[in-house]
Amino acid sequence: MAHIYTPGLKVVEKTILRKERVLPLPGEVLVGIGDKVKAEDIVARTHLPGNVNMINIANKLAITPSDIRRCMLKKEGDKVSKDELIAKSSSFFGLFKYNCTSPIDGEVESISEVTGQVVLREPPIPIEVIAYVDGVIEKVKEKEGVVVKTEGVYIQGIFGIGGEEIGEIVVAVDSPEEELKPESIKPQMKGKVVVGGSFVSNPVIVKAVEVGVKGIIAGGIDDQDLRNFPGYDLGVAITGSEEKGITLIITEGFGVIKMADKAFTLLKKYEGFKASINGATQIRAGVIRPEIIIPLGEVSLKEDKEEEKELSKEGGLVIGASIRIIRQPHFGKLGKVVSLPAQLQRLETEAKVRVVEIELESGEKLILPRANIELIEH
Amino acid sequence: MSKKALPDKEKIKSIIATDCGSTTTKAILIEQRGDEYRLIVRGEAPTTVEAPVEDVTRGVLNAVTEVEELVGRKILDKEHILKPKRGDEGVDIYISTSSAGGGLQMTVAGVVKSMTAESAARAALGAGAIVMDTLATNDKRLPHQQIERIRQLRPDMFLLSGGIDGGTVSHVVALAQIIAAANPRPRLGATYKLPVIYAGNINAREEIKRILGEKVELIITENLRPTLEKENLMPSRHKIQDLFLEHVMAQAPGYKKLMEWTDVDIMPTPAAVGNIMQRIAREFNIEVVGVDIGGATTDVFSVFKGIFNRTVSANLGMSYSISNVFAEAGIENIMRWVPFDIDERDLRNRIKNKMIRPTTIPQTLEELIVEQAIAREALRISFEQHKALAVGLKGIQQERTIADVFSQTTTGETLVDMMTLGMIIGSGGVLSHAPRRQQSALMMMDAFLPEGITRLSVDSIFMMPQLGVLAEVHPEAATQVFVKDCLILLGTCIAAVGQTKEGHTIVKGKIRYKSGREEEFDIKYGEIKVYPLPVNEEASLTVVPSRGIDAGQGKGVSFETTVYGGVVGIIFDGRGRRPFNMPTEKSKRIEKLNEWFKAMDIYPKF
Repeated sequence: MAHIYTPGLKVVEKTILRKERVLPLPGEVLVGIGDKVKAEDIVARTHLPGNVNMINIANKLAITPSDIRRCMLKKEGDKVSKDELIAKSSSFFGLFKYNCTSPIDGEVESISEVTGQVVLREPPIPIEVIAYVDGVIEKVKEKEGVVVKTEGVYIQGIFGIGGEEIGEIVVAVDSPEEELKPESIKPQMKGKVVVGGSFVSNPVIVKAVEVGVKGIIAGGIDDQDLRNFPGYDLGVAITGSEEKGITLIITEGFGVIKMADKAFTLLKKYEGFKASINGATQIRAGVIRPEIIIPLGEVSLKEDKEEEKELSKEGGLVIGASIRIIRQPHFGKLGKVVSLPAQLQRLETEAKVRVVEIELESGEKLILPRANIELIEH
Repeated sequence: MSKKALPDKEKIKSIIATDCGSTTTKAILIEQRGDEYRLIVRGEAPTTVEAPVEDVTRGVLNAVTEVEELVGRKILDKEHILKPKRGDEGVDIYISTSSAGGGLQMTVAGVVKSMTAESAARAALGAGAIVMDTLATNDKRLPHQQIERIRQLRPDMFLLSGGIDGGTVSHVVALAQIIAAANPRPRLGATYKLPVIYAGNINAREEIKRILGEKVELIITENLRPTLEKENLMPSRHKIQDLFLEHVMAQAPGYKKLMEWTDVDIMPTPAAVGNIMQRIAREFNIEVVGVDIGGATTDVFSVFKGIFNRTVSANLGMSYSISNVFAEAGIENIMRWVPFDIDERDLRNRIKNKMIRPTTIPQTLEELIVEQAIAREALRISFEQHKALAVGLKGIQQERTIADVFSQTTTGETLVDMMTLGMIIGSGGVLSHAPRRQQSALMMMDAFLPEGITRLSVDSIFMMPQLGVLAEVHPEAATQVFVKDCLILLGTCIAAVGQTKEGHTIVKGKIRYKSGREEEFDIKYGEIKVYPLPVNEEASLTVVPSRGIDAGQGKGVSFETTVYGGVVGIIFDGRGRRPFNMPTEKSKRIEKLNEWFKAMDIYPKF
């Protein structure tokens, strides 16, 4: 087979990573190529246009829209303050007078003689973009943002909630099989990223938010607990904008599932290091998986073709490859590929599919649909 | 907007067509064999828009590689499709559809919610878009709320309509002001301007240009509702599809390359399916409902009284959106189709696991049954949403005669009439790839509840999208492959409308086969019975409904008709309609389910 592609999540100890940090609108870039940055440093800023307020002045002043300019005391571009008079009219020789004041501080954006509406805009809202990872500025996109280059541990989760956070790694369990318990969350974990084992429940999350933990990383979670956390049933897996005071990264899936050894060992090894995490997940075309980045040491701007390949290489399903089963009845178990039969095989459902033979860690051999396994990438 | 000179139609002998879905990329090879075009083989591979590949053409190459292996000849030269065909190598043309990248996402606006705004939504849906929101002057939101909403949405493009030609301009101009104030940004690419199509009152064009011209990429086309009595959706639909290629596709990973490879423009998948669906309605002269249930979305198409409608239920699908089906339908509605108990916590976790790993497939029979139960609910809800949008124009004057006084019909009623419906065509993985065809038939019967005489069919290997785009290049080839290879006829469903007591006859009669054999049938209320009738065979049927029961010609009216065979046969559905009732008591419900499953022979056990 030329290009068998099997999805898999990255778990690598040393890789070059590039993070694009761009503004939603053109603005100002505050750093230059070669600058060393800390994750918390602001690298670019801009102003989002302020909120707008539309007032139908023609209605308020009892005039026709075409008369609006005659009654306006302000023109486009003029600054206005809250409660300031912006238009007035009088009729019947001054017998009836109508005034219109501004409901906001801001400026007049437009006046329409067709609709009689005036658009007022509030002052711009400042927006800042931080570096997110410790590293060096590799590229500057004028007025748009930068690319930060870093080197270190890179672990992808399967699913997450919450956006970017930065904190020190602290491991709160002894093994990847152990469930994270509320009593394991200690006050000294404030501002840190807590690593659990196979499972995180809602009481743990509640306790962690109370303590001020920045993030939790664990193998599994129950759907019911997840519903209680954002407070609604997640219909489609598009997350990252929840503001729940904590970021949650699930590495394996739903239910109680042991965290993959490699991920756990790496997190344990780098306990005390600063991590940049992001729970943002988008499981649709253009997939985004949650991530844990632990920058290790200094990174230079020199060419690094060897390491670059590491993240861009294709996943290949070959004999001996480590895999994870991602569907019942053996969901969550790990194993190795033993053979890749070419013939389609019939399942219990009577569907004929391509299969793979695998050997579990226990030595048991299974035949599974290829669609129901994923590579654990090294 | 054909970009390249195509070879003469007579010279097109070999065609490779792909459909890049959000989960899978499907490639089919169509070749001329003798006088007709036939499907030769089909290959598929996961769509590769995800890291580490992030290039849609990789999935295309993988799918075509599978085709190469199956057909045993060379089509690719390293990383390119060989064209034209020379000897035994390559193909004459390559065409493709796409719904990867989340499809085409649009926001539409119109002055009155039930009039121009609804027409705008129909235009966008018909062009293959997902409508994220419909704004209207009377949608009960204040201007600042509408502005906030537009800012949040980040659609791929915007369709603005409003006002009949020569009518008032102020309302549509006010909408333009709201859009301008929101200063919306496109979903992909921060640096280019959002395309906004204006298809409203022609008298407002200059004012619209003044307000929006600088801020957005403004495209002006004909009014989609030039008069109250007339919808003119095609110019807007064409503009939407042109912009889809220029703006949306060009931003998705690998699409620039894919667009260079194809011989005709890449078509949004739903637009291609709509194309082929309308052809079927015309050629067979029937009313059709088609459904394409995908991973993320479910599209429903219908042609009633010659009017084509399409709706897309953006978050009802079998993988990416499976969890949303569960949330919308509720556990009770899903579990009513499952003849065994399952722990709720376990079920919820399984569904979420399917959502986060959308390409997995059911391995056990229990898992298959649960997945097909979810499919029934996804189909049911999507169809309800379709019925609500596939309506006649609202707000128009109707001429009434004295005979109409008693019927009290209003404008804007749904066009969908289950009694006059001639055929249901199912498509999408869960229907096209069901291990037994009987499963597809029963899923569609349960979800759509056809009435009277309705033919059931599925798209055999899910190739309606490719045939839809092929119809643009070579309509005859598309029709030949559609009839011979695409459509699998399941049979004819006869469902009587009305209620009677359990065990009482709901409909009876006689089947006369072509061989001369005759068979009497007596269908009891609450049961399903199947009589085999092979594909390409027909039989005449005498139908005698019981008193108060309508089997297609009116309450208690007997009639003769011809029914067509299929891989399942003639299916009598005696479970009643309006309403269709499921037993509420669990043991009774499970007993009934098992009875229906057995009658249809849908699973190896149960």
